[in-house]
Amino acid sequence: MTAMLDMRRVSKVHGSGPSEVRALREVDLTVGRGELVAVMGPSGSGKSTLLTIAGTLEDATSGEILIDGAEISAMSPDDRARLRRRSIGYVFQDFNLLAGLTAVENVALPLELDGVVSSRAQDSAHEALRSLGLEDRAGHFPDDLSGGEQQRVAVARAVVGNRRLLLADEPSGALDSVNGEAVMRLLRDACRRGMAGVVVTHDSQLAAWADRVVFLRDGRMVDQTISPSGPESLLEHGPGQ
Amino acid sequence: MSVRHALLALLSEGPKYGLKLQQEFEARTGEVWPLNVGQVYTTLQRLERDGLVASDDGTSDGPQKGFTITEYGREELLAWLRPPVAEIPPRDELVIKILVAMQVPGIEVRDVIQAHRRRLVESMQRYTRIKAEAGPGDMRLALVVDAELFRLEGVVRWLDAADSRIGQLASERSDQPVESSETTRERSMTR
Repeated sequence: MTAMLDMRRVSKVHGSGPSEVRALREVDLTVGRGELVAVMGPSGSGKSTLLTIAGTLEDATSGEILIDGAEISAMSPDDRARLRRRSIGYVFQDFNLLAGLTAVENVALPLELDGVVSSRAQDSAHEALRSLGLEDRAGHFPDDLSGGEQQRVAVARAVVGNRRLLLADEPSGALDSVNGEAVMRLLRDACRRGMAGVVVTHDSQLAAWADRVVFLRDGRMVDQTISPSGPESLLEHGPGQ
Repeated sequence: MSVRHALLALLSEGPKYGLKLQQEFEARTGEVWPLNVGQVYTTLQRLERDGLVASDDGTSDGPQKGFTITEYGREELLAWLRPPVAEIPPRDELVIKILVAMQVPGIEVRDVIQAHRRRLVESMQRYTRIKAEAGPGDMRLALVVDAELFRLEGVVRWLDAADSRIGQLASERSDQPVESSETTRERSMTR
Protein backbone atom coordinates (compact mmCIF):
# COMPACT_ATOMS: atom_id res chain seq x y z
CA MET A 1 0.00 0.00 0.00
CA THR A 2 1.51 3.35 -1.08
CA ALA A 3 1.27 6.14 1.47
CA MET A 4 -0.83 9.03 0.16
CA LEU A 5 -0.63 10.97 3.40
CA ASP A 6 2.43 10.65 5.60
CA MET A 7 2.61 12.81 8.73
CA ARG A 8 5.82 12.44 10.74
CA ARG A 9 6.27 13.76 14.27
CA VAL A 10 3.86 16.59 13.58
CA SER A 11 3.36 19.12 16.37
CA LYS A 12 1.25 22.24 16.51
CA VAL A 13 1.50 24.96 19.11
CA HIS A 14 -1.01 27.81 19.27
CA GLY A 15 0.06 31.01 21.02
CA SER A 16 3.13 31.36 23.22
CA GLY A 17 4.13 31.89 26.84
CA PRO A 18 1.48 31.20 29.48
CA SER A 19 -1.29 31.08 26.87
CA GLU A 20 0.56 28.44 24.82
CA VAL A 21 -1.63 25.52 23.76
CA ARG A 22 -0.03 22.38 22.36
CA ALA A 23 -2.74 21.15 19.99
CA LEU A 24 -0.70 18.28 18.52
CA ARG A 25 2.33 16.54 20.00
CA GLU A 26 4.57 14.55 17.67
CA VAL A 27 1.79 12.76 15.85
CA ASP A 28 2.68 10.10 13.27
CA LEU A 29 -0.04 9.13 10.81
CA THR A 30 0.27 7.28 7.52
CA VAL A 31 -2.72 6.68 5.27
CA GLY A 32 -2.40 4.55 2.16
CA ARG A 33 -4.32 4.62 -1.11
CA GLY A 34 -7.54 2.72 -0.72
CA GLU A 35 -7.50 3.16 3.03
CA LEU A 36 -10.02 4.99 5.21
CA VAL A 37 -8.76 6.03 8.63
CA ALA A 38 -10.96 7.49 11.37
CA VAL A 39 -9.55 9.80 14.02
CA MET A 40 -11.47 9.75 17.30
CA GLY A 41 -11.02 11.83 20.38
CA PRO A 42 -12.85 14.18 22.69
CA SER A 43 -13.27 17.92 22.04
CA GLY A 44 -9.91 19.64 22.24
CA SER A 45 -7.93 16.45 21.58
CA GLY A 46 -6.46 17.95 18.39
CA LYS A 47 -8.38 15.96 15.80
CA SER A 48 -9.63 18.94 13.78
CA THR A 49 -6.15 20.52 13.86
CA LEU A 50 -4.75 17.26 12.51
CA LEU A 51 -7.20 17.43 9.60
CA THR A 52 -6.53 21.08 8.70
CA ILE A 53 -2.77 20.43 8.76
CA ALA A 54 -3.20 17.31 6.58
CA GLY A 55 -5.25 19.45 4.20
CA THR A 56 -2.51 22.14 4.05
CA LEU A 57 -5.01 24.72 5.38
CA GLU A 58 -2.78 25.27 8.41
CA ASP A 59 0.98 24.88 8.95
CA ALA A 60 2.48 22.54 11.51
CA THR A 61 4.88 24.02 14.07
CA SER A 62 7.25 21.12 13.50
CA GLY A 63 7.35 17.77 11.76
CA GLU A 64 7.00 16.65 8.15
CA ILE A 65 3.90 16.22 6.01
CA LEU A 66 4.14 14.37 2.71
CA ILE A 67 1.25 14.10 0.31
CA ASP A 68 1.78 11.51 -2.42
CA GLY A 69 5.47 11.59 -1.58
CA ALA A 70 5.87 15.38 -1.86
CA GLU A 71 7.01 17.33 1.21
CA ILE A 72 4.53 20.17 1.82
CA SER A 73 6.96 22.57 3.48
CA ALA A 74 9.20 22.46 0.39
CA MET A 75 6.41 23.68 -1.89
CA SER A 76 5.78 27.24 -2.99
CA PRO A 77 2.46 28.76 -1.92
CA ASP A 78 1.22 28.42 -5.52
CA ASP A 79 2.14 24.75 -5.71
CA ARG A 80 0.49 24.14 -2.38
CA ALA A 81 -2.72 25.88 -3.50
CA ARG A 82 -2.69 23.80 -6.69
CA LEU A 83 -2.25 20.60 -4.71
CA ARG A 84 -5.17 21.62 -2.50
CA ARG A 85 -7.44 22.34 -5.48
CA ARG A 86 -6.52 19.27 -7.48
CA SER A 87 -5.72 16.54 -5.04
CA ILE A 88 -7.58 17.15 -1.80
CA GLY A 89 -11.33 16.88 -1.28
CA TYR A 90 -13.04 18.11 1.88
CA VAL A 91 -16.36 17.19 3.42
CA PHE A 92 -17.42 19.56 6.17
CA GLN A 93 -19.85 19.05 9.01
CA ASP A 94 -22.21 21.78 7.79
CA PHE A 95 -21.86 20.80 4.09
CA ASN A 96 -20.59 24.29 3.04
CA LEU A 97 -22.51 24.29 -0.24
CA LEU A 98 -22.93 27.64 -1.97
CA ALA A 99 -26.63 28.52 -1.81
CA GLY A 100 -26.59 30.50 -5.09
CA LEU A 101 -25.25 27.58 -7.15
CA THR A 102 -27.09 24.44 -8.23
CA ALA A 103 -25.91 21.01 -7.13
CA VAL A 104 -23.95 20.42 -10.32
CA GLU A 105 -22.42 23.93 -10.21
CA ASN A 106 -21.31 23.35 -6.63
CA VAL A 107 -19.63 20.09 -7.61
CA ALA A 108 -18.02 21.60 -10.73
CA LEU A 109 -16.71 24.66 -8.87
CA PRO A 110 -13.37 23.24 -7.60
CA LEU A 111 -12.56 22.05 -11.13
CA GLU A 112 -13.46 25.40 -12.70
CA LEU A 113 -11.37 27.23 -10.09
CA ASP A 114 -8.52 25.00 -11.19
CA GLY A 115 -8.94 26.15 -14.79
CA VAL A 116 -10.82 23.19 -16.21
CA VAL A 117 -13.04 24.25 -19.12
CA SER A 118 -16.60 24.75 -17.86
CA SER A 119 -18.21 22.11 -20.11
CA ARG A 120 -15.67 19.48 -19.05
CA ALA A 121 -16.03 20.44 -15.40
CA GLN A 122 -19.81 20.10 -15.67
CA ASP A 123 -19.44 16.67 -17.32
CA SER A 124 -17.25 15.47 -14.46
CA ALA A 125 -19.68 16.96 -11.93
CA HIS A 126 -22.64 15.18 -13.54
CA GLU A 127 -20.63 11.96 -13.45
CA ALA A 128 -19.86 12.39 -9.73
CA LEU A 129 -23.51 13.15 -8.97
CA ARG A 130 -24.61 10.11 -10.99
CA SER A 131 -22.29 7.85 -9.00
CA LEU A 132 -24.00 9.06 -5.83
CA GLY A 133 -27.52 8.58 -7.22
CA LEU A 134 -28.18 12.32 -7.50
CA GLU A 135 -28.39 12.88 -11.26
CA ASP A 136 -32.03 13.97 -11.04
CA ARG A 137 -31.07 16.61 -8.45
CA ALA A 138 -28.28 18.19 -10.51
CA GLY A 139 -30.27 21.35 -11.29
CA HIS A 140 -31.61 21.86 -7.75
CA PHE A 141 -30.33 24.53 -5.38
CA PRO A 142 -29.09 23.37 -1.94
CA ASP A 143 -32.18 24.77 -0.19
CA ASP A 144 -34.37 22.48 -2.29
CA LEU A 145 -32.43 19.37 -1.22
CA SER A 146 -32.87 17.29 1.93
CA GLY A 147 -30.03 17.18 4.46
CA GLY A 148 -28.98 13.74 3.21
CA GLU A 149 -28.95 14.95 -0.42
CA GLN A 150 -26.95 18.06 0.47
CA GLN A 151 -24.33 15.94 2.16
CA ARG A 152 -24.14 13.63 -0.87
CA VAL A 153 -23.55 16.70 -3.06
CA ALA A 154 -20.78 17.71 -0.64
CA VAL A 155 -19.25 14.23 -1.01
CA ALA A 156 -19.53 14.50 -4.82
CA ARG A 157 -17.65 17.82 -4.66
CA ALA A 158 -14.93 16.19 -2.56
CA VAL A 159 -14.37 13.26 -4.92
CA VAL A 160 -14.86 14.99 -8.33
CA GLY A 161 -11.98 14.92 -10.78
CA ASN A 162 -8.85 13.06 -9.82
CA ARG A 163 -8.72 13.91 -6.14
CA ARG A 164 -6.48 11.58 -4.16
CA LEU A 165 -6.91 12.59 -0.55
CA LEU A 166 -10.35 12.78 1.05
CA LEU A 167 -10.64 14.65 4.36
CA ALA A 168 -13.88 14.77 6.33
CA ASP A 169 -14.69 16.57 9.58
CA GLU A 170 -17.75 15.07 11.32
CA PRO A 171 -19.17 14.35 7.86
CA SER A 172 -22.59 13.21 8.95
CA GLY A 173 -23.26 16.57 10.63
CA ALA A 174 -26.76 16.57 12.05
CA LEU A 175 -27.96 13.68 9.88
CA ASP A 176 -29.79 10.76 11.50
CA SER A 177 -27.92 7.49 11.86
CA VAL A 178 -29.21 5.89 8.64
CA ASN A 179 -28.27 8.95 6.53
CA GLY A 180 -24.97 9.18 8.40
CA GLU A 181 -24.30 5.58 7.45
CA ALA A 182 -25.06 6.39 3.80
CA VAL A 183 -22.40 9.14 3.88
CA MET A 184 -19.86 6.73 5.38
CA ARG A 185 -20.64 4.14 2.69
CA LEU A 186 -19.88 6.80 0.05
CA LEU A 187 -16.59 7.79 1.68
CA ARG A 188 -15.62 4.12 2.02
CA ASP A 189 -16.49 3.48 -1.63
CA ALA A 190 -14.41 6.50 -2.72
CA CYS A 191 -11.45 5.04 -0.83
CA ARG A 192 -12.04 1.61 -2.36
CA ARG A 193 -11.67 3.31 -5.74
CA GLY A 194 -8.18 4.48 -4.77
CA MET A 195 -8.46 7.62 -2.65
CA ALA A 196 -6.94 7.82 0.82
CA GLY A 197 -9.41 9.04 3.42
CA VAL A 198 -9.25 10.58 6.89
CA VAL A 199 -12.47 11.08 8.84
CA VAL A 200 -12.50 12.98 12.09
CA THR A 201 -15.38 12.10 14.37
CA HIS A 202 -16.41 11.54 17.97
CA ASP A 203 -19.09 9.09 16.79
CA SER A 204 -17.96 5.48 17.20
CA GLN A 205 -20.60 4.17 14.78
CA LEU A 206 -19.20 6.37 12.01
CA ALA A 207 -15.62 5.56 12.95
CA ALA A 208 -16.42 1.85 12.70
CA TRP A 209 -16.74 2.25 8.91
CA ALA A 210 -13.00 2.97 8.74
CA ASP A 211 -10.32 0.38 8.09
CA ARG A 212 -8.39 1.74 11.05
CA VAL A 213 -9.35 3.95 13.97
CA VAL A 214 -6.73 6.09 15.73
CA PHE A 215 -7.38 7.70 19.11
CA LEU A 216 -6.14 11.15 20.12
CA ARG A 217 -5.95 12.48 23.66
CA ASP A 218 -4.50 15.87 24.60
CA GLY A 219 -2.86 16.17 21.17
CA ARG A 220 -1.17 12.77 21.36
CA MET A 221 -2.01 9.67 19.43
CA VAL A 222 -2.55 7.22 22.27
CA ASP A 223 -3.82 4.12 20.53
CA GLN A 224 -5.21 2.60 17.33
CA THR A 225 -7.32 -0.38 16.40
CA ILE A 226 -5.72 -3.52 15.14
CA SER A 227 -6.87 -4.28 11.62
CA PRO A 228 -10.11 -6.22 12.17
CA SER A 229 -10.27 -9.84 11.16
CA GLY A 230 -13.29 -11.16 9.27
CA PRO A 231 -16.87 -11.18 10.58
CA GLU A 232 -16.47 -14.82 11.63
CA SER A 233 -14.33 -13.68 14.57
CA LEU A 234 -17.49 -12.23 16.14
CA LEU A 235 -18.99 -15.67 16.37
CA GLU A 236 -16.24 -16.88 18.68
CA HIS A 237 -17.67 -14.70 21.44
CA GLY A 238 -21.31 -14.35 20.48
CA PRO A 239 -23.36 -11.16 20.60
CA GLY A 240 -23.79 -10.93 24.33
CA GLN A 241 -20.15 -10.24 25.15
CA MET B 1 -31.62 -12.72 23.06
CA SER B 2 -34.37 -15.12 23.95
CA VAL B 3 -34.01 -18.20 21.76
CA ARG B 4 -37.14 -19.59 23.50
CA HIS B 5 -39.32 -16.76 22.30
CA ALA B 6 -37.75 -16.62 18.85
CA LEU B 7 -38.62 -20.32 18.39
CA LEU B 8 -42.16 -19.71 19.67
CA ALA B 9 -42.51 -16.86 17.15
CA LEU B 10 -41.38 -19.14 14.30
CA LEU B 11 -43.86 -21.82 15.44
CA SER B 12 -46.66 -19.25 15.62
CA GLU B 13 -46.56 -19.32 11.79
CA GLY B 14 -47.37 -23.06 11.78
CA PRO B 15 -45.88 -26.44 12.75
CA LYS B 16 -42.20 -26.93 11.87
CA TYR B 17 -39.40 -29.46 12.15
CA GLY B 18 -36.38 -28.78 14.37
CA LEU B 19 -33.95 -28.44 11.51
CA LYS B 20 -36.24 -25.96 9.75
CA LEU B 21 -36.48 -23.91 12.96
CA GLN B 22 -32.70 -23.67 13.19
CA GLN B 23 -32.40 -22.58 9.56
CA GLU B 24 -35.18 -19.98 9.85
CA PHE B 25 -33.77 -18.56 13.09
CA GLU B 26 -30.38 -18.00 11.45
CA ALA B 27 -31.89 -16.60 8.26
CA ARG B 28 -33.99 -14.07 10.19
CA THR B 29 -31.15 -12.82 12.33
CA GLY B 30 -29.02 -12.32 9.24
CA GLU B 31 -26.86 -15.24 10.42
CA VAL B 32 -25.26 -12.88 12.93
CA TRP B 33 -26.35 -15.17 15.76
CA PRO B 34 -25.63 -18.75 14.77
CA LEU B 35 -27.49 -21.48 16.63
CA ASN B 36 -26.41 -25.10 16.78
CA VAL B 37 -28.83 -28.00 16.51
CA GLY B 38 -28.13 -28.99 20.11
CA GLN B 39 -29.29 -25.57 21.37
CA VAL B 40 -32.45 -25.83 19.29
CA TYR B 41 -33.35 -29.26 20.66
CA THR B 42 -32.52 -28.43 24.27
CA THR B 43 -34.72 -25.35 24.03
CA LEU B 44 -37.55 -27.24 22.33
CA GLN B 45 -37.42 -29.95 25.01
CA ARG B 46 -37.73 -27.29 27.71
CA LEU B 47 -40.58 -25.59 25.87
CA GLU B 48 -42.36 -28.96 25.61
CA ARG B 49 -41.72 -29.72 29.28
CA ASP B 50 -43.25 -26.33 30.17
CA GLY B 51 -46.29 -26.96 27.95
CA LEU B 52 -45.50 -24.16 25.50
CA VAL B 53 -45.05 -26.45 22.46
CA ALA B 54 -46.22 -29.95 21.58
CA SER B 55 -44.24 -32.46 19.51
CA ASP B 56 -45.27 -35.20 17.09
CA ASP B 57 -46.24 -38.33 18.96
CA GLY B 58 -44.31 -41.51 18.42
CA THR B 59 -41.38 -40.12 16.43
CA SER B 60 -37.91 -40.13 17.93
CA ASP B 61 -35.85 -37.00 18.56
CA GLY B 62 -34.03 -35.73 15.49
CA PRO B 63 -34.18 -33.19 12.69
CA GLN B 64 -37.48 -34.61 11.42
CA LYS B 65 -39.37 -34.30 14.69
CA GLY B 66 -42.19 -31.76 14.24
CA PHE B 67 -43.31 -29.13 16.76
CA THR B 68 -46.50 -27.08 17.20
CA ILE B 69 -47.10 -24.08 19.46
CA THR B 70 -49.76 -24.54 22.16
CA GLU B 71 -52.34 -21.95 23.26
CA TYR B 72 -50.26 -21.41 26.41
CA GLY B 73 -47.20 -20.91 24.17
CA ARG B 74 -49.06 -18.20 22.19
CA GLU B 75 -49.99 -16.39 25.41
CA GLU B 76 -46.37 -16.56 26.56
CA LEU B 77 -45.17 -15.13 23.21
CA LEU B 78 -47.64 -12.22 23.31
CA ALA B 79 -46.73 -11.48 26.94
CA TRP B 80 -43.03 -11.38 25.96
CA LEU B 81 -43.67 -8.96 23.10
CA ARG B 82 -45.21 -6.41 25.47
CA PRO B 83 -42.73 -3.87 26.92
CA PRO B 84 -41.25 -4.95 30.26
CA VAL B 85 -41.88 -3.10 33.49
CA ALA B 86 -39.05 -0.92 34.81
CA GLU B 87 -36.23 -3.00 36.19
CA ILE B 88 -33.40 -2.42 38.60
CA PRO B 89 -30.33 -1.88 36.38
CA PRO B 90 -28.10 -4.96 36.24
CA ARG B 91 -24.63 -4.79 37.75
CA ASP B 92 -22.31 -4.12 34.85
CA GLU B 93 -18.88 -5.72 34.98
CA LEU B 94 -17.22 -2.88 33.05
CA VAL B 95 -18.62 -0.25 35.44
CA ILE B 96 -17.34 -2.26 38.41
CA LYS B 97 -13.96 -2.72 36.69
CA ILE B 98 -13.48 1.03 36.14
CA LEU B 99 -14.55 1.83 39.71
CA VAL B 100 -12.11 -0.76 41.02
CA ALA B 101 -9.30 0.49 38.72
CA MET B 102 -9.67 3.95 40.30
CA GLN B 103 -8.79 2.44 43.67
CA VAL B 104 -5.79 0.35 42.61
CA PRO B 105 -2.45 2.13 43.15
CA GLY B 106 -0.23 2.32 40.07
CA ILE B 107 -3.10 1.74 37.62
CA GLU B 108 -3.76 4.53 35.12
CA VAL B 109 -7.57 4.41 34.85
CA ARG B 110 -7.62 6.28 31.55
CA ASP B 111 -5.42 3.58 30.01
CA VAL B 112 -7.84 0.92 31.26
CA ILE B 113 -10.67 2.94 29.69
CA GLN B 114 -8.79 3.28 26.39
CA ALA B 115 -8.01 -0.45 26.23
CA HIS B 116 -11.71 -1.23 26.57
CA ARG B 117 -12.72 1.53 24.17
CA ARG B 118 -10.37 0.16 21.51
CA ARG B 119 -11.69 -3.37 21.93
CA LEU B 120 -15.29 -2.14 21.62
CA VAL B 121 -14.54 -0.08 18.50
CA GLU B 122 -12.81 -3.11 16.95
CA SER B 123 -15.99 -5.11 17.57
CA MET B 124 -18.01 -2.30 16.01
CA GLN B 125 -15.72 -2.38 12.96
CA ARG B 126 -16.36 -6.09 12.53
CA TYR B 127 -20.15 -5.66 12.79
CA THR B 128 -20.02 -2.69 10.42
CA ARG B 129 -18.05 -4.78 7.95
CA ILE B 130 -20.86 -7.37 7.92
CA LYS B 131 -23.34 -4.58 7.16
CA ALA B 132 -21.06 -3.00 4.53
CA GLU B 133 -20.54 -6.26 2.68
CA ALA B 134 -24.25 -7.12 2.72
CA GLY B 135 -25.19 -3.78 1.13
CA PRO B 136 -28.01 -1.45 2.18
CA GLY B 137 -30.77 -3.75 0.85
CA ASP B 138 -30.50 -6.48 3.49
CA MET B 139 -32.81 -5.00 6.07
CA ARG B 140 -33.09 -7.91 8.51
CA LEU B 141 -29.33 -8.12 8.81
CA ALA B 142 -29.02 -4.32 9.11
CA LEU B 143 -31.52 -4.32 12.00
CA VAL B 144 -29.70 -7.07 13.89
CA VAL B 145 -26.29 -5.46 13.34
CA ASP B 146 -27.66 -1.99 14.25
CA ALA B 147 -28.93 -3.36 17.57
CA GLU B 148 -25.43 -4.57 18.46
CA LEU B 149 -23.82 -1.34 17.19
CA PHE B 150 -26.10 0.89 19.26
CA ARG B 151 -25.47 -1.26 22.33
CA LEU B 152 -21.69 -1.07 21.85
CA GLU B 153 -21.86 2.65 21.04
CA GLY B 154 -23.69 3.19 24.35
CA VAL B 155 -20.82 1.52 26.20
CA VAL B 156 -18.21 3.58 24.27
CA ARG B 157 -20.09 6.78 25.13
CA TRP B 158 -20.14 5.81 28.80
CA LEU B 159 -16.35 5.25 28.61
CA ASP B 160 -15.95 8.67 26.91
CA ALA B 161 -17.92 10.32 29.70
CA ALA B 162 -15.94 8.46 32.38
CA ASP B 163 -12.66 9.45 30.66
CA SER B 164 -13.75 13.08 30.52
CA ARG B 165 -14.84 13.16 34.18
CA ILE B 166 -11.62 11.52 35.35
CA GLY B 167 -9.55 13.87 33.13
CA GLN B 168 -11.29 16.92 34.58
CA LEU B 169 -10.76 15.71 38.12
CA ALA B 170 -7.08 15.02 37.41
CA SER B 171 -6.52 18.51 35.99
CA GLU B 172 -8.32 20.11 38.95
CA ARG B 173 -6.14 18.13 41.34
CA SER B 174 -2.95 19.05 39.49
CA ASP B 175 -3.99 22.71 39.81
CA GLN B 176 -4.71 22.45 43.51
CA PRO B 177 -1.20 22.09 45.01
CA VAL B 178 -0.08 25.23 43.17
CA GLU B 179 -3.07 27.17 44.43
CA SER B 180 -2.76 25.86 47.95
CA SER B 181 0.98 26.60 48.21
CA GLU B 182 0.36 30.12 46.92
CA THR B 183 -2.48 30.52 49.34
CA THR B 184 -0.21 29.32 52.15
CA ARG B 185 2.47 31.79 51.06
CA GLU B 186 -0.07 34.61 50.93
CA ARG B 187 -1.27 33.69 54.38
CA SER B 188 2.23 33.59 55.79
CA MET B 189 2.99 36.96 54.20
CA THR B 190 -0.05 38.57 55.76
CA ARG B 191 0.91 37.24 59.17
